[in-house]
Amino acid sequence: MQDFVKRALDSSEAAGATFAEVRIEDREVQGVSVKNGVVDSLLTRSSQGIGVRVIAGGAWGFAATPNLTGPEIDRVACLAVTIARASALAKKADVELGGQPVQRGVYRTPFEVDPFSVSLDAKIELLLAADRAMRSVRGLSVAESSVGCIRVRKTYANSQGSLVEQELVETGGGIVATAVEEEEVQQRSFPNSFGRHQGTGGWELVEAMHLAEAGPRMAEQAVALLSAPHCSSDTTTVVIDPTQMALQVHESCGHAVELDRVLGWEASYAGTSFLTPDKLGIRYGSEQVSIVADGTSATGLGTYGWDDEGVAATVTPLIDRGIFVGYLSSRETAARLGNASSGAARASSWNRIPLVRMTNVNLLPGDWTLEGLIADTDRGLYLETNRSWSIDDKRLNFQFGTEIAWEITNGRLGRMVKNPTYGGITPEFWGSCDGVAREWQVWGTTNCGKGQPGQTIHVGHGAAPARFRGVRVGIA
Amino acid sequence: MLGPDAIRRLAFSALEASRADQTEVVISGGESALTRFANSTIHQNVHEVEVELRIRAVAGKRIGVAITNKLDERAVRQAVTDALENALHSPEDPDFRTLPGPAPIIPVSAHARSTAAYTPEQRARDVKSVCDRATAEHLEASGMWSTREREVAVANSLGAYGYHTATVAAFKAVVMSSDSSGYAERTGVDAAQIDVAAAGEEAIGRALRSRNPEPLEAGEYPVVLEPYAVGTMLDYLAYMGLGARSVQEERSFMNELIGQRIAPENISLWDDGMDPAGIPMPFDFEAVPKQRVDLIRRGVAAGVVYDSYSAGKDGKESTGHALPSPNPAGPFPLHLYLEPGDAGETQLLEGIRRGVWVTRFHYVNPVHSKRTILTGMTRDGTFLIEDGEITRPIRNLRFTQSVLGALATVEAVGRSRSLLHDEMSGTCVPALRIGRFRFSSATQF
Repeated sequence: MQDFVKRALDSSEAAGATFAEVRIEDREVQGVSVKNGVVDSLLTRSSQGIGVRVIAGGAWGFAATPNLTGPEIDRVACLAVTIARASALAKKADVELGGQPVQRGVYRTPFEVDPFSVSLDAKIELLLAADRAMRSVRGLSVAESSVGCIRVRKTYANSQGSLVEQELVETGGGIVATAVEEEEVQQRSFPNSFGRHQGTGGWELVEAMHLAEAGPRMAEQAVALLSAPHCSSDTTTVVIDPTQMALQVHESCGHAVELDRVLGWEASYAGTSFLTPDKLGIRYGSEQVSIVADGTSATGLGTYGWDDEGVAATVTPLIDRGIFVGYLSSRETAARLGNASSGAARASSWNRIPLVRMTNVNLLPGDWTLEGLIADTDRGLYLETNRSWSIDDKRLNFQFGTEIAWEITNGRLGRMVKNPTYGGITPEFWGSCDGVAREWQVWGTTNCGKGQPGQTIHVGHGAAPARFRGVRVGIA
Repeated sequence: MLGPDAIRRLAFSALEASRADQTEVVISGGESALTRFANSTIHQNVHEVEVELRIRAVAGKRIGVAITNKLDERAVRQAVTDALENALHSPEDPDFRTLPGPAPIIPVSAHARSTAAYTPEQRARDVKSVCDRATAEHLEASGMWSTREREVAVANSLGAYGYHTATVAAFKAVVMSSDSSGYAERTGVDAAQIDVAAAGEEAIGRALRSRNPEPLEAGEYPVVLEPYAVGTMLDYLAYMGLGARSVQEERSFMNELIGQRIAPENISLWDDGMDPAGIPMPFDFEAVPKQRVDLIRRGVAAGVVYDSYSAGKDGKESTGHALPSPNPAGPFPLHLYLEPGDAGETQLLEGIRRGVWVTRFHYVNPVHSKRTILTGMTRDGTFLIEDGEITRPIRNLRFTQSVLGALATVEAVGRSRSLLHDEMSGTCVPALRIGRFRFSSATQF
C-alpha cells in the first residue's frame, strides 16, 4: 500500500498540489441478524479504495476510486487537483492548515478474541438462543437480534511527511423485542437502542452482553408496555439511564461543539451551533457537568491512533464543571481559531473526505449511584433507552422519546409508563443537572450522520445515569 | 461506468461461477461529483468512482449475501463462494419461495449527457453566481450542487435481467442572515435544465423576507406546508408503514386502515417508478418491473408495496419495490407522487385567520410509528399567516404531529409539484393547506 500512497502523493504534487494527503482503506464487514427464528440477513462485505485530497490554488479538491492501479491513481490525483482549481474560482481566502507534527507509526485496536475468527455457526446459535428467549414470552410479536464486526485497515500519508497505518476492529450486538396491539407498538432494546451496542474490540464485547439472559426481561417489558398508562404531560424531575444520556450528550453537546458546524460549514444540511467562539467561557450546564472528547477511551467507537488527517488521538475538555471550554476540530477549523487540531477529523470510508466528527464524547462520572439518585427523588420519572430524537439546527431545542419509563415516588420506582418523551433547551436542561452517577460505561452510536455526500460514522459516549430538575415530559 | 455490455458480461460470469441453487447478481456503480459551499465560498469539492457487486445465493431455503467492490475474476469468485457459504450456514427460511423469474422490462429514459459531462468548473461558476448574489444582499450562501451518473444491472439464474442507467442533478441552497434563512432546491435528470440562479433567488428571497422573526406561542394552527415540508412528511409516512413487511409484522399504521377513508378526496398518493417526471427506474433490485401502486386513492387507504419475499408470504405478485438484499426492513416506495390540486398561493392562504407558513422541516423523526406521530423543527422560512395573507416572519417551532392526522384535515392542495431528491428516492409533491397542525414548543431564534 505504501507504494500506492507514495505514487498518489507524487502525482498530486506533479499536477500542482501544494498539499496532498492520501488514504487507502480496506474494509471487511460481517453481519448476521435473526428475526423470529429466521436468519434475516447474513452478509459479508469487502470494500477497498483510495481517496486523494489536495490543496491547489489555495482551495480543496478530492477524488476517490476503488481501482488500485498505478494509472488510475495518477488519474485520480490529477482530477483532485483539477477540482481544487475549480474550487478556487469561488474562494475568499486560501486554505490554511496550521502546524502539525509529522506522525509515523502503527496502531491496532486491542482485542481478546478476533470477531472474524468466531464461526458463523456460533454467531447464529447465539442469536437464535436470544431469539428463543424473547419468544418464550407470551404476547411478543417480533424478536430481532444481531451481531456484526468490522475490520478496517487504513494507510494515511501526507505531503508533509506523515505516514501512519492502522487496523481498527469493531464488534457489536443486541436484541430488540417488539409487542403489537392494534394502535400500539412497543419495543425494548438491549443493551442499547438502534438494535445494538458496539465498541472497538473483539468478540468478548458480545459475550459480555449475555443477550439470551436479557431476552425474557426485554420481551416481558415490551408486552407490559402495551397495557401500561401513557406518560402524562408534566414538568418534573427525570433520572435518565446511561444509554439515553449517551444520546443526550451526542445531540446537545457533541454536535454542538463540532467546529466546522460552528463556523457555518454544515449550515445547509445539519445546521449550525449556538456555541460560537464568543461563547467560550460561558456556563453551559451545572457544576455537575464535565464533558470531554477522548479519542483514547477503551472500547470507544471513536478510539484510534490517528484521525484521518494524521493527527494523534487526544483528550480535549469540552465542558469543565459546567463551563464551555473547547471544540472538536480538524486542522483547518482549529487554525481558524489559532489552535491545533483536536484530532477529530474523520471520514466514513475511503471515498469520503474527513469532516469534524465526534470521537468519544464522554460525560464524566459523578459521585452518585443510580440507586441513590432515585432514592433521593420525591417525584419524577426514570427514563430508559432512546426511541426517538430530534433537535433544532442550532442544537438548542431538543425532544427525545424513550422506550420505557417508571414513575418515581418517594424515592422508589413505581408504575411503568409508555411513550415517554421529554424536551428542553440545551443550556437550561444541562443547567438543571444536579447529579451524575458513578456507574459509567462507554456506549457506541453507529448511526451518526453528517455531510454531503452523507457520511455515517461510529462514535462513542461514556455516560452514566444523571438527574435533571424541572423537565417537561409527556410532550404532545 | 462499466457500460451495458461489460456489466452484462460481469453479471453473467458471476452467475456462471455460482454453485448455488439460485443466484442473484446486482451490480451498481457510476461517478458522483458534489460541490459544497458555505459562507459564500466553496469549502468541499469531491468526486468518486463507485462500484459494487452484490451476490445473493440461495441453497434450498437458505440465503446468504456477499458484497464486494473488487471486480477482478478472483474477487468475483470469492464473493460468489462467500455468498453460498453464508447461505449454507443459515437455517432455512420457511417463508422464502424463490427468486423472481424473468419479466419484460420497459426501458425508461432517465439519463442526460449534460449531467454526466458536467465539469467541476461549471459547478464552481454556478455556485459562485449564487454566492455573489447573496453577498450583494449582505447574506451568506451555503449548499451543494451535485451531479451523478449511475448504472445498475440485476440478473438472476432464473433468467431475469435488467439494466438501467440514470443521471441525477441536485442543487440545494440555504441562504442566511444573522437572524434569518431561506431554502431552495432543484432536482432533475438533466443538469442543463436545473435553474441554479432561480433556486438561488428563491432562497435569497426567503432569507430577506424572514428577517427579524417574532415569537409565536406553540399550539395548534392551520398551516400551509410548502412542497419541501410535504415531501419530508410523506417520506416518513412511507418509512412508517407503506411497505408490506411492516404490515405483515403488524407494525404499520396501514394494518387497520386499508379500505378506510383516511383523508379528503383530494389526497391521492402513489408510487410510480416509471413516471419521467421523477427519477425513474424501470425495475427493482430483483429485476422485477416497477408497478404503479396506489397507496392512498382519493382519500382511502389503498395498499402497500411488495418485493418477492413479502409477496410470496401474502400469495401476491411483487410490485417491484425490492431494495438490495439483505433488507430486513422489506420493500419500500422510492418514487412517491402526491396528486396536485388547483390551489395557487392565494387559494392556499385563503380562509386562514391565523396560521403558519412552513417552508421546510429539520431533523424529523418518528415519535410513534404506528400512530404516524413525528417530531421535528421548522427551518429556513417560517411565517405567520393572518387573514389569508403572510404578514411577518416568526421564529422556528417544534412540531409533534401525526401525519395521518394532518392529512385528514387537508383543505387545499397546490397546483404545482416539486421534485425532491434524497440519495435513492425522488418524491414529487405539491404544497398543502392543513386545517390543524400541532406545534409543541417554540425556539428563541
